[in-house]
Amino acid sequence: MTAWEPVIGLEIHVQLDTRTKMFCGCELSFGKPPNTRTCPVCLGLPGTLPVVNAQAVHYGLMMGLALGCEIAPRSIFHRKNYFYPDQAKNYQISQYDIPLCSGGRLGDVRLHRIHLEEDAAKLVHIGESGRIHGSDASIVDYNRGGTPLCEIVTEPDIHSAEQAREWLNLLRVTLRQLGVSDVNMEEGSLRCDANVSVRPAGSSELGTKTELKNMNSFRFLERGIKAEIERQVALLEAGEPVVQETLHFDPSSGRLSSLRSKEEAHDYRYFPEPDLVPLAPTDAMLAAARAALPELPAERAARYERDWGLSVDAARLLAYEPRWGDYFEAVAGDLADGRAAANWVEQLRARIGAESDPAASRVSPRALAQLVALVGSKRVNAGAARRVLDRLVADGGEPGAIVEREGLGSIDGGDELAGIVAAAIAANAGAAEKVRGGNDKAMGPIVGFVMRETKGRADGGEVGRLIREQLGL
Amino acid sequence: MSEALSLSAAAAAAGVRAGELDPAELWHGFRTRAAGDDCNAFVWVAPDGEPPAIERDAPLAGVPVAVKDLFCTKGVPSQAGSRILAGYRPPYDATSVERLNAAGAPLLAKTNQDEFAMGSSTENSAYGPTLNPWDRARVPGGSSGGSAAAVAAGSAPWAIGTDTGGSIRQPAALCGIVGLKPTYGAISRYGMIAFASSLDQAGPLTRDVTDAALLLGAMVGKDPCDSTSVGLPEPVRLPSRSDLRGVRLGVPEELTGEGIEPGVLASFDATLDVARELGATVEPCRLPHAPHALSAYYLIAPAEASSNLARYDGVRYGFRADGARDLLHMYTETREHGFGAEVKRRIMLGTYALSSGYYDAYYGRAQKVRTRISEDFKAAWERFDFIATPTAPSVAFELGAKTADPLAMYLNDFCTVPMSLAGIPGISIPSGLSEGLPVGFQLAGPAFSENALLDAAYAVEGAIGFDAAPWRRAA
Repeated sequence: MTAWEPVIGLEIHVQLDTRTKMFCGCELSFGKPPNTRTCPVCLGLPGTLPVVNAQAVHYGLMMGLALGCEIAPRSIFHRKNYFYPDQAKNYQISQYDIPLCSGGRLGDVRLHRIHLEEDAAKLVHIGESGRIHGSDASIVDYNRGGTPLCEIVTEPDIHSAEQAREWLNLLRVTLRQLGVSDVNMEEGSLRCDANVSVRPAGSSELGTKTELKNMNSFRFLERGIKAEIERQVALLEAGEPVVQETLHFDPSSGRLSSLRSKEEAHDYRYFPEPDLVPLAPTDAMLAAARAALPELPAERAARYERDWGLSVDAARLLAYEPRWGDYFEAVAGDLADGRAAANWVEQLRARIGAESDPAASRVSPRALAQLVALVGSKRVNAGAARRVLDRLVADGGEPGAIVEREGLGSIDGGDELAGIVAAAIAANAGAAEKVRGGNDKAMGPIVGFVMRETKGRADGGEVGRLIREQLGL
Repeated sequence: MSEALSLSAAAAAAGVRAGELDPAELWHGFRTRAAGDDCNAFVWVAPDGEPPAIERDAPLAGVPVAVKDLFCTKGVPSQAGSRILAGYRPPYDATSVERLNAAGAPLLAKTNQDEFAMGSSTENSAYGPTLNPWDRARVPGGSSGGSAAAVAAGSAPWAIGTDTGGSIRQPAALCGIVGLKPTYGAISRYGMIAFASSLDQAGPLTRDVTDAALLLGAMVGKDPCDSTSVGLPEPVRLPSRSDLRGVRLGVPEELTGEGIEPGVLASFDATLDVARELGATVEPCRLPHAPHALSAYYLIAPAEASSNLARYDGVRYGFRADGARDLLHMYTETREHGFGAEVKRRIMLGTYALSSGYYDAYYGRAQKVRTRISEDFKAAWERFDFIATPTAPSVAFELGAKTADPLAMYLNDFCTVPMSLAGIPGISIPSGLSEGLPVGFQLAGPAFSENALLDAAYAVEGAIGFDAAPWRRAA
């Protein structure tokens, strides 16, 4: 039985969140009435010429700098020629042999290149087939045509469907933090194709790859890649070859179907776009892009691990969601115990939902910090603190006042608690005997008695100390 | 009235500004002549009626202009001589048209041309050939043949055209007028229906060099809508030079020998003598790669055209073939019937040159030749101020004489294509007659040398005193 290693590379298209289109002054739109965001340039009318969108270049440079790419001193736009109504000019202006950015890395995946291009128009095919062949009519909405796109191509550094999904999420949160795109897979501002092959584990040669398209959610991406790995392994184990082809993922069936075979491969007749001059970023453009870079999620997570001692998972949970990261930092502030702060922010997150904006909740960072401090100084125990948090979520307010009002303060080691502990030992003689015999776990019923009597306000550690003291241990 | 119509455009503009000429009369006079044109120079003439409002103080002072069909003119047919754009009226004005209007030159008419500027005789027009006013059995040259014929016939005071490999200079030569192709990038290409983007350049076709300078000055400038436009480093001056003292003229062996008609060469040599008399030194020079220019041009221009013309597919505007079975069939039928033979020939040539596996051998190599040609000129500028050649190898030929032989037709651009590939300015002025037909003399200079080039051409023009144009006879 051979062990197989999947080898996966991703090709991601991201719609840039600029004000206007890539080569004309039309405003970007989503969901506007068809063909209302068009002009002579993006309709490809005779005589019109493209002009490169400076903001799209700025975003491209930001991405390149943030991801450690090499920025080309002079990159070139090319024409990719093909006849189809989704391109008004019957060619797409893209970058070919000299992209804006080369190399780079995000997390554990190396990047091959990043380039700029224009999006295609949207086609709707009227009729049963839903495809252009056999449709009664096809209508074109040029609103999307010319939207700035950036294509990111990775090296084949990914080795499982799960890793592909996780890495794409890292890319998504990174681009969102950069502010260059909405990165919404469902709305199509983030699109991902995958090149998948498998090889015997330990081999350094690449197997024949297939290209997977139309995986328009993170779940489908993972499912599609998983299905394709299984299909390829089954073929290879049966001694059959994998055929290089493009596969279309059908979310409803989870199946992959062949989109086009190599015989129909286009000859795009790429050549340098003569209507544009080479793109040569100036020092000022590079400095502006550098100055616009925020702290990125991966850096932020590393900082949380380093400075606050958070676990990898806790750090990512907060760092990948900027709103929660910001909130966490406001809570942690001067607190000595960042892990406790993270723990209580996660408690809040579980209560109000990850999608909510904590800054808009009734729980101010200051109030949550006070609660963390109360727990830390043992003036409130964990159980009582959770009830305080419930109150804060519902009504807001000051944790100290809630503790006071609801009588949730810890009963510290005074005579009152000693008396209750004595009563608990008396009521659980059997358990007490076992504890005396060295079985610490038998302490449970005694502690439970104390907690019932004190309505959970006693500090667990103090109760344990008193039990042992009274049992002469 | 006919006296006013006989003035040069610059003189007419001066007359309007001085209050001596009524711009409305000028407008009606030329409009009537254009409407009565018998050379098929026009594909559209402004309707009769109120003349457009003009400002007397504007630089062009109401002297109307004829515009090659391929310039987009808002609401006015702009068909680039092609059936595939039959009836197409753009929603916007080309930048150069807008600038001419702003400078006070209203649109008089749209002029006939070879389809998508592909041709040297204006016979490749879907709207019929244009005739040469000197001899109506002959071609006016092309592709801006309508503009050249209109100016030569006196039915337009001046005109604009475009030059990709000689399309302003060669028809100017064959019609006995002045034609200037500026430095690539001097004038915006926005709104010019593209043939070959890296070569196309607009320019004036005029009765004399002064008119060319005046019209050029109104058109040049960087345009935010055209990334490849740069304008000129200094304003265009009206030429004033009367001698050529200290001017060094280079005469390239490669462009003045074999293939040039004896009558054309004789006129060329006589013009060089005129230049010497004006004080110029005239010496032979070498442009070693110039003989390869035509081959490189016929790979680069069709390659770009094959892509530029892909948008004419029947989907959004212009002609669409009826009865198509499916999308592919609609494309092929529309393009089969919408394009003429020469356009289809060049689309096929260009598509082939860009094909995977052939790109390096054809398009790639042609670009290398183009670089060499530029370097040849740069080397020449170390010894010479200008290069002089005949503009075209022959005088106007008879209609139909070369339509069956594309290569013979392509050779018309033998002397003009090298400058196009190098992106440098070239001007053609009439140097005399051969067999009763005009001959063109071409001067070319370094990039952005328009002012000096116009001055030199003006001096030669003054010394030659060419005064045989049909419009002068009409007057």
